[in-house]
Amino acid sequence: MSVRIRIPTPLRGYTAGAAEVDLEAATVAEAIAQLAARHEGIAERLLDEAGRPRAFVNLYVGTHDVRTLAGLATPLADGDVVSIVPAVAGGTR
Amino acid sequence: MKAKDRTLAELRARIAEVGPAEALALQARGAALVDVREADEIAQGSPPGALRLGRGFLELRIEDAVPDFDQALVVMCNGGTRSLFAADSLARMGYTTLYSMAGGFARWKAEGLPVERPSALGAADRERYARHLAIPEVGEAGQARLLAARVLLVGAGGLGCPAAVYLAAAGVGTLGIVDPDVVERSNLQRQILHAEAKVGLPKVRSARQALEALNPTVRVDSYEERLSSANVEAIFAGYDVVVDGSDNFPTRYLVNDACVKLGIPNVHGSVYRFDGQASVFWPGYAKRRGPCYRCLYPAPPPPEFAPSCMEAGVLGVLPGVIGLIEAVETIKLLLDIGDPLVGRLLCYDALRAEFTELALAPDPHCAYCAPGRTFPGYVDYERFCHAA
Repeated sequence: MSVRIRIPTPLRGYTAGAAEVDLEAATVAEAIAQLAARHEGIAERLLDEAGRPRAFVNLYVGTHDVRTLAGLATPLADGDVVSIVPAVAGGTR
Repeated sequence: MKAKDRTLAELRARIAEVGPAEALALQARGAALVDVREADEIAQGSPPGALRLGRGFLELRIEDAVPDFDQALVVMCNGGTRSLFAADSLARMGYTTLYSMAGGFARWKAEGLPVERPSALGAADRERYARHLAIPEVGEAGQARLLAARVLLVGAGGLGCPAAVYLAAAGVGTLGIVDPDVVERSNLQRQILHAEAKVGLPKVRSARQALEALNPTVRVDSYEERLSSANVEAIFAGYDVVVDGSDNFPTRYLVNDACVKLGIPNVHGSVYRFDGQASVFWPGYAKRRGPCYRCLYPAPPPPEFAPSCMEAGVLGVLPGVIGLIEAVETIKLLLDIGDPLVGRLLCYDALRAEFTELALAPDPHCAYCAPGRTFPGYVDYERFCHAA
């Protein structure tokens, strides 16, 4: 499936500034693996040592949190957009 | 028999009760109809020509309104109970002819007797809020609600400043501001309540001066301290809405936990360079079950994964956009109009000029907001956020 991953600003250092990465994947887990293969270091920001999504990062397929779908096993369809939404503290003091 | 009921029985033996129709007839023959209900009740309607003196200040105001102690008084409330106590008190002041209206305003209305909606606003307020009064969703009753509302801003920074400006302009009656910092020159690129001449002043003082200059009828309560587990409940108590414009994870989790515990809606905004997000965390919202902040992010990122705004930078206008979305959501909550951002994360990408929305689901096992949970207590937020 051709899908698009949206990279949030704080993680664009891993993607040479790219805001979106297009790739082929059948599940969210596969999409992250593909992303990690192309952009070293980004997977550690998304998944913990056991390969589960980190507590401070949420993954969405379209508008839906993968936790309300099938987690990392959530299947992807052609044209799906996967969004990565990390916790951001700011506020600006 | 309870003391209350015994007292009421005594009062009924002493004070004549009349039905609404008879009260109207007495008023037509020269009796004064004295409405002792609260301002928010009266705002919903009151008999034409009634003296709306309220119960709290009744004894202090009655003599100016009715100088003749022999003029008949028909005292009314909403159900006919408070009016008995009020009439008793007026009798002791020396008024000779007293009636209590049985069934109160509820029965008056049910019997189809005439009702008018009195203006709760003075002339200056009517002028100041004229554009609100013209909107049916706000109107007089809505403006009166805003004037009686209490909103707490956590942080007088990039998000808190624009939110505070518009909330004060809108006539939110009490604005609380919590911020331990002083104004720095690098704040002025976005923190629009402060000014060059205020560099070095506590932000709460600078903010208060600016807000009072804009709208002197707004009461500004300043808390020049860092929010902590020890002070959070004392500060939050009595506020209708909390606007989170904080800039660090320990405060965000503390704000969340206190709002969940106290049942206060938490209007959330965050910004990063050209990106902003806004939501309303309010598990208690009656029309839709939304998450709390912990449902979304059970734990914060470790510090090395979470550059602060100081390091990351932010487009100065961006917190303006997000802070104003927070202000809009706050006013909607206060007026109970529209569809709030409960269970929805609104994301703004300034470079693309694009708004997108993500659905936020409550975590059914959330330790803080899941139904039936007892509040697990506040934690050491600094440690929680640095050990993550």
